[in-house]
Amino acid sequence: MKFDRIVKTTCPYCGVGCQIELNIKDDKIISAGAPENAAPNFGRLCAKGRFGTDFTHHHSRLKMPLIRKNIDSGLREPVGLEGFREASWDEALDLAADRISETYKKSGGDAFGTFCCAKATNEDNYIFQKFARSTLKTNNVDHCARLCHSASVAGLQKALGSSAMSNSIAEMKDLEVFIVTGSNTTETHPVISTFLREAVVKNGAKLIVIDPRKTEITNFAVLHLQHRPGTDVALFQAMANIIIEEKLYNIDFIDSRTENFEIYSKSLGEFTPEWVETITGVPSNDIKEAARIYANANSAAVYWGMGISQSVHGTDNTMSIANIALLCGHLGKPGTGLNPLRGQNNVQGCSDTGGLPAYYPGYQSVADNDIKIKFESKWKTSLNDKPGLTTLEMSDAAGSGLITDFIILGENPLMSEPDLNAARHHFSKLKNVIMIDIFFNESAEYADIIFPAASFAEKAGTFTNSDRRVQLIQQAFDTPGEAQVDWELIQELALRVESRLDRKESSGFEFSSASEIWEEMAELVPPFQGISHSRLEKEGGVHWPCPDVNHPGTPYLFADTFPRGKGLFNILELRLESEQPSKEYPYILSTGRVLYHWHGGTMTRRSVLDKIYPKALAEINPEAAEKDGFKNGETVTVSSLRGSVSVELKVTDRSPKGVIFISMHFSETLVNELTNDLRDPVAKIPDFKISAVKITSQ
Amino acid sequence: MVTVYLNDIKKEIEENKTILDAALEAGIHIPTICFHEKLTPPGLCRQCVVEVEGARVLLPSCITKVTDGMKIKTDSERVIRARRTILEMLSGSTDLSESPELAVQIEKYGADSNRFKDTAERKYPVIDDNPFYMRDYSKCILCERCVQVCSSDVQFSYALTTTGRGYTNKISTFYDKKLPETSCVFCGNCVAVCPTGALISSNEYNIKAEGAE
Repeated sequence: MKFDRIVKTTCPYCGVGCQIELNIKDDKIISAGAPENAAPNFGRLCAKGRFGTDFTHHHSRLKMPLIRKNIDSGLREPVGLEGFREASWDEALDLAADRISETYKKSGGDAFGTFCCAKATNEDNYIFQKFARSTLKTNNVDHCARLCHSASVAGLQKALGSSAMSNSIAEMKDLEVFIVTGSNTTETHPVISTFLREAVVKNGAKLIVIDPRKTEITNFAVLHLQHRPGTDVALFQAMANIIIEEKLYNIDFIDSRTENFEIYSKSLGEFTPEWVETITGVPSNDIKEAARIYANANSAAVYWGMGISQSVHGTDNTMSIANIALLCGHLGKPGTGLNPLRGQNNVQGCSDTGGLPAYYPGYQSVADNDIKIKFESKWKTSLNDKPGLTTLEMSDAAGSGLITDFIILGENPLMSEPDLNAARHHFSKLKNVIMIDIFFNESAEYADIIFPAASFAEKAGTFTNSDRRVQLIQQAFDTPGEAQVDWELIQELALRVESRLDRKESSGFEFSSASEIWEEMAELVPPFQGISHSRLEKEGGVHWPCPDVNHPGTPYLFADTFPRGKGLFNILELRLESEQPSKEYPYILSTGRVLYHWHGGTMTRRSVLDKIYPKALAEINPEAAEKDGFKNGETVTVSSLRGSVSVELKVTDRSPKGVIFISMHFSETLVNELTNDLRDPVAKIPDFKISAVKITSQ
Repeated sequence: MVTVYLNDIKKEIEENKTILDAALEAGIHIPTICFHEKLTPPGLCRQCVVEVEGARVLLPSCITKVTDGMKIKTDSERVIRARRTILEMLSGSTDLSESPELAVQIEKYGADSNRFKDTAERKYPVIDDNPFYMRDYSKCILCERCVQVCSSDVQFSYALTTTGRGYTNKISTFYDKKLPETSCVFCGNCVAVCPTGALISSNEYNIKAEGAE
């Protein structure tokens, strides 16, 4: 078919960052292809990238600014679109600026909670956090990475001083040994999983899967350790114990690149494989075998997802993995490393560009005085050196009245937060909720003002994928109706707030292009300094750190040193703090994703993808189903202490006995009404993977 | 390195390369149909055949390794006749209306698309069993790119396979199941490599159908 035009851009879905070509006819995306010679996907796509970008043209796209009809009329009740009226940009922007400046004058900057967006561009997010920090003087800036990889970040920061994935996707097909743990890679990072399977099938790589669920990729594994949910630390500690007992470690690496080995190695005493078998349910011989395969490899990598991080022990889980990599020296060479697979197209970039409460762009601490002075001089204003609140802490603060205003860029907390009934209660207490989005989502029901924004196909900018590769997106269409490009509308809002606050000098919100925004950020962030939009145009993508224009970028990290100097062995204890199944709530509920949907479902539910997977399915083990008298296809009620949902059962041995799995994508089966807001003490990530539930027939 | 003679031009090339590699390096065009640069060459269509001195039959250049002193003719009369006949046989059995690359070759080799029109055309109903793409096997020339992509060349999903023999040979799923009941994950990587439009996104198919009405 002859298309009117073909636009090369970056896929808006998961963190793989596939390069796609949108085939456009009559101003519509008809299909998508992929260039054969472009990293990271080299022509490969999954169903979402190839067929699922049609949400761009969905009839329910927001096209005009919306203002709540009964604004300020007491308690905030959720309302649908009918509760809003269309407004002009001037009216909506002025109203938002009035309300924001009123709050600021009355209560100060820390009355705001602001949410960056892991789906928006680096440039959108830079402007947004700059608005929060320079105009509103608050570091209450966070985003949904808090709910996904914050524990990986916290654990890797402690162990190595850097939290990004240490290997590039291009290295995957040449792997020798690798562990996939807590990641349903085939469904959540489909194109990466093709390279991992290629390593096994074509390269003879050995794959060890460590996961309570029997996910598709276990078909390619030499070993599947199916441990009880929540016992990850015990399992990795037992592997470390074997590696030390059998002297399989890399003593040169330990001597030159790590610290705390002596104390750490003595701390493993109780973690014998035999004892850990009783904790995890994994046969001790399998634990030993896994340890030997991993340790004896010349190079070995670990890939993980939410199963490791979305846990009340998420930081410990991550450090237990980092420990075995440090023991064996499986870091700093091609095909080795520690790789948290990022979930959203730009979740890496959203963190990189300052969408975090403790960091300016480039992970520069807000509490560091020299850094503060650097940003103050660029932004021409005084800044707040107090680290802000995390996503869920902002929700708590809304509940307790400390925060009165939420400003949300493209996120949907009322789908993605745990214990939604409590989260909604917190939202209802807010005095002012401003949202920027492309669709009217579940959180928008609580908004006062909603600004219509641009999809990935309607703006220029950059996304940073899971392996730190900064890549361009291209504008293929104009925004629908009167929707505006995110960074343009944010800087318009910022200017109006600045003028109401009588700021003598603007912090700088008069950018004329996304590439200008990148340039300002790169000036402030040393590892970005060698990257510019024009360079990306020529090279297709650059892996940061890239400190100068002659630097080639960094596909794998830690070749000579770790950002914290030496890698740190962390002493860990076995903590089993998750909600445990009981007589009344005998099942463990695990939540996650499926191939055809993405996160809160805002995009995929408005795509052709919804036709192949239109409703949530609760996966239950065949033996458990038979014992408890449940049938495949039966609709049941699943309840926890916090709420209950209705869902269809799917009997499958993907779920182990005692565990049911429900995906997080469906507003009709809001699984987060069941989940438990029990948080990791360091990362503040909730325990999404473990909630005690009961199943009852309807 | 070995030395080969391509249409009498001397060419040095690494061992283990194919005749097609040598021709590409030397800037000599050899037409292909089933060959795809990212996939294992199946050597099925025989459109890339060349005449090698001393060989009894024409050899498929995509899978024949070079040997030292090899003398190769890439466009001898015998080669051209073979290519023309292959195109004429494909035209007789298959709907090539959505195969722009083949149309170019038919033109170039002066193939008579109607030469084998009296033979039985391979006709199958269009399969529309999923929301993403259609399978119109009347347009399929059995190059098997889709099977390779789906199995051990790219996707490792193993949803597609070949079935039947000879005239009834066709691409299918195991037990001829509908795609949603197979291990297919609708990556569409098969659609991307199909050279004849037998696999086509449903959007494109429907737009064409509307245009045809």
